[in-house]
Amino acid sequence: MINKKVANVSEALQGVKDNMTFMFGGFGLSGIPENAIAELVKKGVKGLKCISNNAGVDDFGLGLLLQGKQIDKMTSSYVGENDEFERQMLSGELEVELIPQGTLAERCRAAQAGFPAIYTPAGYGTEVAEGKETREFDGKMYVLEYAFKADFAFVKAWKGDAAGNLIFKGTARNFNPNMCGAAKITVAEVEELVPVGELDPNQIHIPGIFVQRIFKGERYEKRIEQRTVRQRD
Amino acid sequence: MLDKNGIAKRIAKEVQDGYYVNLGIGIPTLVANYVRDDIEVEFQSENGVLGMGPFPFEGEEDADIINAGKQTITTLPGASFFDSAMSFSMIRGQHVDLTILGAMEVAENGDIANWKIPGKMVKGMGGAMDLVASAENIIVAMMHTNRAGESKLLKKCSLPLTGVGCVKKVVTNLAVMEITNQGFKLLERAPGVSVEEIKNATEGTLIIEGDIPEMQI
Repeated sequence: MINKKVANVSEALQGVKDNMTFMFGGFGLSGIPENAIAELVKKGVKGLKCISNNAGVDDFGLGLLLQGKQIDKMTSSYVGENDEFERQMLSGELEVELIPQGTLAERCRAAQAGFPAIYTPAGYGTEVAEGKETREFDGKMYVLEYAFKADFAFVKAWKGDAAGNLIFKGTARNFNPNMCGAAKITVAEVEELVPVGELDPNQIHIPGIFVQRIFKGERYEKRIEQRTVRQRD
Repeated sequence: MLDKNGIAKRIAKEVQDGYYVNLGIGIPTLVANYVRDDIEVEFQSENGVLGMGPFPFEGEEDADIINAGKQTITTLPGASFFDSAMSFSMIRGQHVDLTILGAMEVAENGDIANWKIPGKMVKGMGGAMDLVASAENIIVAMMHTNRAGESKLLKKCSLPLTGVGCVKKVVTNLAVMEITNQGFKLLERAPGVSVEEIKNATEGTLIIEGDIPEMQI
């Protein structure tokens, strides 16, 4: 067993510097690497280029890095529900690249899987495809999209072990598995770090080979953005 | 004239037994409430769940189980969770039978705009561009006119496009229309709405052939 376990978030984020490109798992606030984000706030690194489906909310998730003006560029598919984000984008302080959600997932997966680029039909004929190479296959048009290049991928899983194996829970899985191994260094934080051998190899979502550092996260808030319930009859 | 629930009710009639369906945010979400209960349908949410159930009872919400609108949800027996790449494999790979989504504008050639108002609102396209670029069967649910009373069914979209030539059917508070090579073909009128009213509210080419029946909902 190759040991990926590090003592804490501070050790997990060693080597993080200004102007780096980071990937963050999560959809909305679900499945975001809360501990890594808090540590980046604490470190105060700046000039960051972030790849994440969303940009958090004003006072949580990546919104915390935006508040500290630590981010220079965001690559996302949906950025609603964040006033500070909107302000920085409209004022030009923040560069924003909006891309289709499936394209974002596949550009991560391409990086993970060793493909330099992929062709997707998403965005053809729209401003998203402007200036990009397009090609026809079987009568349909596709847009060439490049694999992401990132320094760190920060992901969050439900359970993991020191070998770096990961299991996700519910829809908190989202982009997390696609970002594992898609950056030079993948840092996984988990709710439960279990002894090696306890996870059933049949049930592992991401094999440890895609993870360089793993640690047990602390004090997860797991905020709900739109708490929606139905009445009992 | 229909309200939002009325539009959802009419669209629910398009959902057939054995369909995998992706519902967008807004009116489309309401469609799930009106699907006949004698057919088997599975709802897909692009953040990574197939087999979505109703909202949870109070106290049973789980932050790790949400839909694409970030609302807490439940799952039904047979449900599955998956990552974002696999979710869009279902969508781009045309494994989803029906996509229902909202729009700001639809053009008579099937173009759709629903993600950006330059200088005013930029929230992003989310999964909408992937959905409209690939789905074979796309129904748009929307109001026929905007708050200023201007038609949202146009000759050509004025807003940045989400997809080109992709919409097959539009259901509004006034009418059901099919997109054809000639324009919007009027299929049904909403209860109490005249063909004249629909004509006046439609900027794009409206094709009216014979008697137009009233919707049965």
